Amino acid sequence: MSELLIENLSMRFELPNGGAVQALKNVSLELKSGELLSVLGPSGCGKTTLLNIVAGFLAPTEGQVVLNGAPVTGPAPERGMVFQQGALFEWMSVRKNVSFGPDMKGVPKVESARTVDRLLDIVGLQDFKEKMVYELSGGMQQRVALARCLANEPDVILMDEPLGALDALTREKMQSLVLDLWKETGKTIILITHSVEEALLLGERLVVMAPRPGRIHKEYRLPFADLGVGNDLREVKKHPDYATTREQILSMIWEMEEEIMGRTEDES
Amino acid sequence: MTGFLVLAVYIALFAASLLIVNWVTRSFFNKSDYTALKTVTFGDESAVRANRVASVLSVLAILALWIAFTNSTLPFPQAKGPYDGQFSFTYTSTLEDGRRDDAEVVVLVHKEDLQLSRDEEGKPLRLPSKPEVEAGDGFARNDSLIIPRYGSKIISVFGNDEFKRGDGAKVTHLNGQAVDPGDRLELEQGVLSLTPKGGVFFEPATGFRMARLYLPAPEVTTNRFLELNADGYRNFTLLEHTWASLQRVLFGFFFGALLGIPLGYAMGLTNWARGWFDPIVEFMRPVPPLALIPLMIIWFGIGEESKVILLFLAALWIMAIAARAGVSGVAIAKVHAAYSLGASKSQILRKVIIPNSLPEIFTGARVAMGVCWGTVVAAELVAAEKGLGMMIMVASKFQLTDIVIVGIILIGIIGFLIDVVIRSLEMWLVPWKGKV
Ligand SMILES: Nc1ncnc2c1ncn2[C@@H]1O[C@H](COP(=O)(O)OP(=O)(O)OP(=O)(O)O)[C@@H](O)[C@H]1O
Ligand SMILES: [Mg+2]
Repeated sequence: MSELLIENLSMRFELPNGGAVQALKNVSLELKSGELLSVLGPSGCGKTTLLNIVAGFLAPTEGQVVLNGAPVTGPAPERGMVFQQGALFEWMSVRKNVSFGPDMKGVPKVESARTVDRLLDIVGLQDFKEKMVYELSGGMQQRVALARCLANEPDVILMDEPLGALDALTREKMQSLVLDLWKETGKTIILITHSVEEALLLGERLVVMAPRPGRIHKEYRLPFADLGVGNDLREVKKHPDYATTREQILSMIWEMEEEIMGRTEDES
Repeated sequence: MTGFLVLAVYIALFAASLLIVNWVTRSFFNKSDYTALKTVTFGDESAVRANRVASVLSVLAILALWIAFTNSTLPFPQAKGPYDGQFSFTYTSTLEDGRRDDAEVVVLVHKEDLQLSRDEEGKPLRLPSKPEVEAGDGFARNDSLIIPRYGSKIISVFGNDEFKRGDGAKVTHLNGQAVDPGDRLELEQGVLSLTPKGGVFFEPATGFRMARLYLPAPEVTTNRFLELNADGYRNFTLLEHTWASLQRVLFGFFFGALLGIPLGYAMGLTNWARGWFDPIVEFMRPVPPLALIPLMIIWFGIGEESKVILLFLAALWIMAIAARAGVSGVAIAKVHAAYSLGASKSQILRKVIIPNSLPEIFTGARVAMGVCWGTVVAAELVAAEKGLGMMIMVASKFQLTDIVIVGIILIGIIGFLIDVVIRSLEMWLVPWKGKV
């Protein structure tokens, strides 16, 4: 059973001008295997920082991340990452991109080819296998990024606004895809998003963060992700609780943004 | 003067072809591709595409000017040429006691490049001899002389006269017109004048065409090219000269890239290398390679070695900086993604950093090749026994302008071809450049 523990993380960036930014303060979370957690929060509240620490790209100033009993000390294939955009290797074909992880591990060609075929089928890009990634649309590229991450069989998938650069329609389709993949593979997923709707639809659990210092403001447990698996997401949005929760969270974030604005005005 | 005329004709050709071609395309062709449908083109850089008709006309215009303003024999319109042929004028010698006498001077103006031209049998043409004239009567005797075009001469009219300058004789009239020292007489054939000391000075009319020494006609240059191609120059064929220059560039660039690219990678990847090489690279970057030629000659002599090392140095810094920029330009998300996918450091280098830096490296290679090509010609100008630079340098010492022009055209064409080759390599190897 894989289990992700985020224990009491604090992150302080020392600035060159002598000041410092407290990007995270005492953030603790516990994720069971197969949970999908979405993270919401106003801009600059430390979401990316949190994800970078879990991925192992940054060492926290305090606290630690433990996956399956072992503390995280750096990036590793058991924690896969899907970026907003621009993280695909444009010098490689779609097939090579997806098989990058297995290739690095030295998985035999036959086997990795089978993995690539299976994943491209799932994300619906079988016909584009030999295309170069710059020939694909933004939505297709994100599907390649998902497939590439899955090819490596990570225990945890970390997504930093993976659908942020997509148009509304493509985004909806991709949300269904993420849900389906989640159910099918049973991976633990942390999904950062700016969209309250997306956070509600995809997150089994939802964390709202507050800025200065970055911390967890409120946590929810939501039914919508389970309802959404294999269903039309637009139907889910008609659920009576959906609208009320959405309004509640929206006004909460709205208040926080207001507060930030007010505070910066005070400071200046 | 001629310069302004050339400029005026060039501008006229530009405007005329623009108007004519525009009129022709408007009336006979209806373009309907996407760009043609754009209503905003002025200011939209992507809507500006090189008009190939204009490019062809541009080259033709230069050829036309070349023909028009040189002594070309090609059947095209030409500017007024220099006078050549035979004519005569009279001068009047007046003695102190008032006696006067007229005499005739026959002037033969011949082509200045006779000895460089050949007759049907391939022998160089010879200078004509002075026209025979009868002495005539009176104390002033008739004279004759030859002058090359574009030349000038003080004519010693008294040379054969009975009374010379020392005897008090003076030229008072030219062609029957009274003249004082310093006066000028404009003739169709040239300018006749009296020098302040009273000598007769003749300058044949030059017209607006350039002498062969300044700019040989296109056909002269072409013939010279064919001749060089067949016979070579200074013990080496034209191909050998070209290859000599190209080879130096290729070697210099090769070694420069071989060392420069890893150097740039090291500077992009480690603090120590960045710190260690920064002062050297930043110092050497602004030093033009040409400034190193004297030092290279002092250190390595005038042979191949010094040239290849010079080009190596020219390419080295450019390639190092390009490789460093290529590494710095990698999106951190790609590196993070690769680490998350389990890549090791060496895999990151091979699969992410190197491919990601290729576009920058190709840009650097284009710059470096251009600089090397320019530098090699300059280095050969200083000292070399073969190479295009050496060819034009030696030819210029012998005033063989046609060889100089052939050399310059070859240098331009090869420089252009080098760029074309690198660009096609780039399109083939780095197809994603500019698409992300
Ligand atoms: N390398 C760094 N150096 C200094 N400060 C940093 C650094 N990275 C992040 N920060 C600061 O930490 C805070 C949190 O940044 P972070 O990128 O995690 O926010 P975020 O929630 O992801 O924002 P967004 O929603 O805009 O992506 C910000 O105030 C940011 O300025
Ligand atoms: Mg962020």
